Amino acid sequence: MKRIILYGRKVVGGYAEGEAIVTRDTISGWGGMNPLEGTIIERRHELRGQSFKGKVLVFPAAKGSSGWSNAFHVTRLAGTAPKALIINHITSKSALGAVVMHIPTVTDLNQNPLDVITSGDWVKINADNGTIEVIKQKN
Amino acid sequence: MILTSDEQTMLKGREGVAKQKAMELLVKYGEALGAERMVNTNNVFGGVVAPIPFVRKFAAKVKDIDSIFSEFNLDSGNRVTIPQVKVFTCSFLNSLDPDHWQMMGANESTYKLQMRMEKFCRRIGINLTNTCAPYLVGNVPVKGEHCAWLESSAVVYCNSVLGARTNTEGWESTGAAMLVGKIPYWGYHIDENRLGTHLVNVDINLNSVMDWNLLGYYIGELVQEQVPVFKGVRSIPNLNELKSFGAALASSGGTEMYHIVGITPEAHNINEAFGNKKPVTTLYFGKSEREKAYNNLNSAKDQNVDFVTLGCPHYSIEEVWEVCKLLKGKYVSTNTNLWIFMSRPIKALADRNGYTEIITNAGGYIMTDTCPVYSQLYPKGTKVVATDSAKQAHYTPAVMGFETWYGSLDDCIQAAISGEWRGELK
Repeated sequence: MKRIILYGRKVVGGYAEGEAIVTRDTISGWGGMNPLEGTIIERRHELRGQSFKGKVLVFPAAKGSSGWSNAFHVTRLAGTAPKALIINHITSKSALGAVVMHIPTVTDLNQNPLDVITSGDWVKINADNGTIEVIKQKN
Repeated sequence: MILTSDEQTMLKGREGVAKQKAMELLVKYGEALGAERMVNTNNVFGGVVAPIPFVRKFAAKVKDIDSIFSEFNLDSGNRVTIPQVKVFTCSFLNSLDPDHWQMMGANESTYKLQMRMEKFCRRIGINLTNTCAPYLVGNVPVKGEHCAWLESSAVVYCNSVLGARTNTEGWESTGAAMLVGKIPYWGYHIDENRLGTHLVNVDINLNSVMDWNLLGYYIGELVQEQVPVFKGVRSIPNLNELKSFGAALASSGGTEMYHIVGITPEAHNINEAFGNKKPVTTLYFGKSEREKAYNNLNSAKDQNVDFVTLGCPHYSIEEVWEVCKLLKGKYVSTNTNLWIFMSRPIKALADRNGYTEIITNAGGYIMTDTCPVYSQLYPKGTKVVATDSAKQAHYTPAVMGFETWYGSLDDCIQAAISGEWRGELK
């Protein structure tokens, strides 16, 4: 199994590890996912119908409604939140969402995480020093 | 973050626990963004979190609205007593129209919770605008003013049309900001981040709200959260067109700021819009791009329309007048419901102008304080929706699973009268 180390910037600190779910589509919080199920619901989204609950969610950026942080805040209280976030570009929506979910989050990586990480890979995130270890499941 | 002495005083708890929690959250949020400091704000658009089903369950378990505000507006699991807001604050949408909640299908417990939340807002000094378009009811920030606004369509209007400054804030950051008058100095508060990134050559006439909706929906998806600069716009848009345009841009993408060369306040010419930066790419919008946006928005197949919804973002009085010109003396089909959404001050004007009477006589309803996809309240049995809003058409199929038609105001009024969708791209 191949291991790859990525370096980035802490958004929210902490350690988590879990299975990756990766999308190249941006994510809408309110109106793009169902917080009680932890699933993507947007009509033309590549993850439509898939769950991020308990996984490491890897995505390029947030989009859409300002209800982003609230929708992800609800996932924490409902027990459907991802374990960690890896985001290419953060803005106020995803930064605030990560803060209120209380989960390790890293951005500004030295390689594009969407090229390196594939859904199903095992990912260890040490957000305090911005280090991500990717254990590839398929070479 | 580097904090001023008044910020440190609040962070240490010397002005009470609620302000301490607010500062703690804003510091965590500022650090997450990579902000170096806070900026003072005297204009917050937020309120108490809406009583969506999950919040209602939470509310049933806690003592009071202070507990709800603590969790959902300050990210504090421990209840704190919420003091008076420090700075001018206007409220976002409610979860129902207090005058029509039964007709909307809301239950009594939600209505009662909403009324308790309104009472709480009055107590702490939040102005009950209950709208998604605060700039239609007197909150019109001045160019350069630092704001802390939520609602993606209001944020993009605030930055782009008014030249005031805000990021897309959430319930938690606006909850904190209203108590302490601070927000992280980051993103669109800073000059250089307001410059354009993408050039868009507009090669088609834009003559209606629909034309602007389609331009916004197409380009938002391509630029996502970056700053498009529109060149080649041959006529000056009005408020309603730009209101819908921003809402569309911020739905298919996450646009918080755009420029229209020669029209918006920070783009007198193309050099001002881009500063010393070069566009990362140049995009084109013509006839086939317009058609693509229209097709992406129209997901419905069933031509029998149960429900026509107008007023996303909340209608201006001019738009209500436009509706009345099309609807006067006509009748809404018995198979269809027509609900038109606006804020309460605009409704008061519609009442006075006789517009409410025209709409009611035709069998339609004016609804205030909320919107369908936000409240998730629809006429009983709704399966097929028609709307003149790209934003509403984007979210309705995802949130509600209803088939949704998108078209012009005229298409929507004709659908309400005939009960059938006959709209097409002209």
